[in-house]
Amino acid sequence: MIIGAGPAGLTAGLYASRAGWRAGCLERLAPGGQAALTAVVENYPGFEQPIGGFELCSRMEAQARKSGMELLREEAESLTLSGGGVSVKAASGALDAGAVIVATGARPRELGVPGEKELRGKGVSYCATCDGPLFKGQTVAVIGGGDSALEESLFLARLCSRVYVVHRRHEFRAVKVVVERALSEKKIVPVLGSTVTSIIGTDSVEAVEVRDVASGAPDRLEVAGVFLYVGLLPNSEFLSGQVARDDSGYVITNEEMATSAPGVFAAGDVRRKLLRQISTAVGDGAVAAVSAARYLHGLEKERK
Amino acid sequence: MGETRATKPLQVTDANFDSEVLKSAVPVLVDFWAEWCGPCRMIAPIVEDIAQDYAGRVKVCKLNVDESQSLASKYGIRSIPSLLIFKAGSVVNQVIGAVPKSELVKRLDMVLKT
Repeated sequence: MIIGAGPAGLTAGLYASRAGWRAGCLERLAPGGQAALTAVVENYPGFEQPIGGFELCSRMEAQARKSGMELLREEAESLTLSGGGVSVKAASGALDAGAVIVATGARPRELGVPGEKELRGKGVSYCATCDGPLFKGQTVAVIGGGDSALEESLFLARLCSRVYVVHRRHEFRAVKVVVERALSEKKIVPVLGSTVTSIIGTDSVEAVEVRDVASGAPDRLEVAGVFLYVGLLPNSEFLSGQVARDDSGYVITNEEMATSAPGVFAAGDVRRKLLRQISTAVGDGAVAAVSAARYLHGLEKERK
Repeated sequence: MGETRATKPLQVTDANFDSEVLKSAVPVLVDFWAEWCGPCRMIAPIVEDIAQDYAGRVKVCKLNVDESQSLASKYGIRSIPSLLIFKAGSVVNQVIGAVPKSELVKRLDMVLKT
């Protein structure tokens, strides 16, 4: 049983079903996960012409299904470990499996400033690809300084008249090629060494208030939209008490993707790891499938 | 051949929004979407399921925000997918962003009960 049909889960499903195991994959929403929301993927090997995230994930889904993986549209609510098996509680009932691969990914972190919750969907967005075109010709702000923040700023710069990029440090954290591209784009205006203190607006976003970290001086940016890219939170709450997690909630695994609980493996963004990319998620998924298979073989031998 | 769906979501535009949505006898779920929107494509099968499951009780429509920009701005659409539930011509419930089917079912059942 695999939980989550992003790149990690779909790869685990592909490997497990090709190895002859019955693999079911639970997905609460739709296959692809966060990767499907990426406008273009430029760093997944094999696609020298950038491919759309949605397109890439659709192909992964088709390939996994073709190999025999079954996709179940259900949300995993909790996990129960019992002697030599794992039971996953879903809305329709309990699903029993010999082994479970947790590939539930991560979600955008909220900034936690006044106005953010109130104006969500009214100019506050966590997905430039989804909502950017609704801000055509307008001024927007992107909050964050990592790869996602700058890549999405470049995407927005193609549509919007001006894109402020607000980052608390004085240098962007994104990879060099992306930083250079962003800095040479005239529509992108970096607002460095600044944090957002609130998002202003009544029916929709009108401005963001920022503060200079060093001097404390406030400033106000008139924008119609705010796109937040300030990190991730792992979707691991449902594992609470069953599997060891780090302080941020990421699932701790060894090199074989095994968690602290026998029969439970983890793959992709939900794991504690150095780099969260499609390319690392698929690697995790393959390893987790092979580890789970090895574990199941061991169980079978014991029973004989 | 294959699976046939009895009730499919109805495409609405500026031309038929009034008659199909605002003057509908039953509650209407309108999915504001666009071609370029990944999560809209992700939830499209869920919206189709809903159209089937609630046939006769809820009308399910799709509105392309690129083709009907004035309606999108009239309803303050700043994020898609946005799923608005209309009853007797006004918005009675609203879901912003991609959500699981169970969440939509919950909202629709709430609207049908009142």
